[in-house]
Amino acid sequence: MIGRFLYSQKVAPYVFVLPFVLVFLVFWIYPLASALEMSFQKTTLGQGAHWIGWDNYAKLAGDSVFRKAVANSVVYMALTLVILIPFPMLFAVWINNKSLWGREFFKSSLFFPALTSVVVAGTIFRLMFGEMQGSLINSFLGLFGIGPVKFLKEQATGFVALLSLATWRWTGVNILYFLAGLKNIPDEYYEAAAIDGASAFQRFTRITMPLLKPTTIYVITISVYGGLAMFVESMMLWNGNNSPKNIGLTIVGYLYRQGIEKNELGYAAAVGIVLLVITMAINLVQLTLTGMFRKED
Amino acid sequence: MNRKWLVGLLVVSLALFAWGCGKSSSSSGAKSSVLEGGAGANATELEYWTFVELHGQHFQKMLEKWNAAHPDRQIKLKVTVMPYDDMHNKLSIAVQTGVGAPDIADIEVGKFPDFLKGTPQLEPLNDVVEPYKDTIVKSRLDLYSKDGNIYGAPTHVGAAVAFYNTEILKEAGVDYKSIVTWDDYKKAGQQVYEKTGKYMGTADTSALWQSSIMLAQQGKDFTDDAGNPVVNSPELIKGLSILKDLQKSNVIATIAGGQPDTEEAYGEFNQGNYASMMMPFWMMSRFINYMPDLSGKIAIAPIPVIEKGMPRSYGGGGTGTVVTKTAKDVQLAKEFVAYAKLSLDANIEIWNTLGFDPVNQDVWSMKDVTHNPDNKYVKYFINNPFDVLNEIKDEIRLIKSTPASPTINNVLGTVTLNEIFEDGKDVTQALNEAQKQIEEQLK
Repeated sequence: MIGRFLYSQKVAPYVFVLPFVLVFLVFWIYPLASALEMSFQKTTLGQGAHWIGWDNYAKLAGDSVFRKAVANSVVYMALTLVILIPFPMLFAVWINNKSLWGREFFKSSLFFPALTSVVVAGTIFRLMFGEMQGSLINSFLGLFGIGPVKFLKEQATGFVALLSLATWRWTGVNILYFLAGLKNIPDEYYEAAAIDGASAFQRFTRITMPLLKPTTIYVITISVYGGLAMFVESMMLWNGNNSPKNIGLTIVGYLYRQGIEKNELGYAAAVGIVLLVITMAINLVQLTLTGMFRKED
Repeated sequence: MNRKWLVGLLVVSLALFAWGCGKSSSSSGAKSSVLEGGAGANATELEYWTFVELHGQHFQKMLEKWNAAHPDRQIKLKVTVMPYDDMHNKLSIAVQTGVGAPDIADIEVGKFPDFLKGTPQLEPLNDVVEPYKDTIVKSRLDLYSKDGNIYGAPTHVGAAVAFYNTEILKEAGVDYKSIVTWDDYKKAGQQVYEKTGKYMGTADTSALWQSSIMLAQQGKDFTDDAGNPVVNSPELIKGLSILKDLQKSNVIATIAGGQPDTEEAYGEFNQGNYASMMMPFWMMSRFINYMPDLSGKIAIAPIPVIEKGMPRSYGGGGTGTVVTKTAKDVQLAKEFVAYAKLSLDANIEIWNTLGFDPVNQDVWSMKDVTHNPDNKYVKYFINNPFDVLNEIKDEIRLIKSTPASPTINNVLGTVTLNEIFEDGKDVTQALNEAQKQIEEQLK
């Protein structure tokens, strides 16, 4: 009986997906449901909670610091897409070139930053972008007669530091994704195109880019999520969650400030739900536009 | 072949990544050690959390004395040091949920109101504080009290004083002793800038020491008597306008890190780029530990005032040591905290080890303690710190800590002061906006 059950072709698939489903239920659906519940409550840890309807969301709508956090996260996400999709793709094509000398070395050295801890990297970038004359970046700028810049105190320069960190850290990871994609493109296509007289640029735009599309969509999707959920980079770069004029405050940073620092877990839960809605909306639009939901031809 | 290589790389990288994560969480996290303090086998082990490593050294000394004096009630102390934000966040969650909290903990005054929200999950210390109550400065107890209950044992008064780098002043021909008002300070500062090209002081953007000094001189606070925030008061506008004027006259300038008590600023001062700072008394320990090059060059003096006769100091910063409701042996923990922080011995040790101005002001006049020539703090500074303290003893005002304080600190310290001193925004306008924002956040 049990044997038949175990060997049944109908049951087996469910047995195989069970671990995933369980993990998904316990670590995703349950927290999500209780966050949703909490976002309608005023919650003080250990001292109970009571329902307050839409109050948290109403407060959120008029909260200028939250708007600042959303703006920061969205701009950061958009800029990381602009930098971290095209450049890694070009690098991947370049590294994939079989005649390149030392490609294994480039591959691993570009990937290496992803292995460092954000805590260490953030601290080092904070020192590099320090406002003193003697900090690394400022002494470099000094060579060109540019006075010391207070990088971490202004919006634009703060983002330069933040994006440098992101670029340094994530370029290698995205290169790996694109390299994996490139391995699936048969060499025959390029040979045929070369015989027909296609230039290198044409081969890139007509063969590489279209065939890399599934990889590109995947990288965009995780980058959108990663950009909007960014927190640790900002926290380490500004040595805490309180950057001057909130120039580095992200949505998750604001969630942390409200929930952990101010013990307003209900309000923080509302922040989290809004983040979820924004991320889902952007990704659903993106996936629909790129045709991921269309049936395979 | 290539695919194998890729798989290998992935496995190695994942392993390294996991190792990196584990590594970073432990290095950025807690450091624990158990202090025996000469305790026997029957000693009760208590756990103590702090965000200042030096505080552990003080407790070590007091623990030895306690264990010697109370052979039947000996204690072993497990000290855990965590970074400031981290410790307060963890402690907050632990006491609120009743799981994982230590027996004893340090809470910084700026965070204290958060722990008094609703029903405080801390033990009132009234009965153990009672015997020492007459000997210590009452306003320091008020900081950690709610509804007549005292929840925290204070560490120091934190009287704000001025620290002058006499080497720079000498070069510019300025005598710090003649500086009484901010006008004098301005003239001296202009002279310093002309002669040496260095700034006289700092314009703080990430802390409220200077703003508090300005309010205390005019007998005001960030909140009204009912505890409602009023940060756009004429007094604060006036105070910050004076600082703004000093900045325009090249007397003060913003500093890396945003205020003197940061790593970046220690470096700036150590290199002699700024000639003075106005900070609470405990800044002395930072001089000794982080600015060794300035030894023998720093003089302490009362802070300049707007008009002669105004109070010249206020008590800034502070740490309240608390006993949690979940402590293993509440009574033992309470008595030990009182002994380690409020007894006469404790107050003397707080000066000797930590270099703080003790809350028992009798210590301030004990010449053998305060003028001990072997004391590292006495050695470092040009004049004796307690000579200045005793001079301003009756002028040390209090800036209250209220439920609104964490929000006020956050808005002024991250947004408003930056707008005023970095972006040159109008003081009145910036403070009006700050008031609006604070009210919005406290709703």
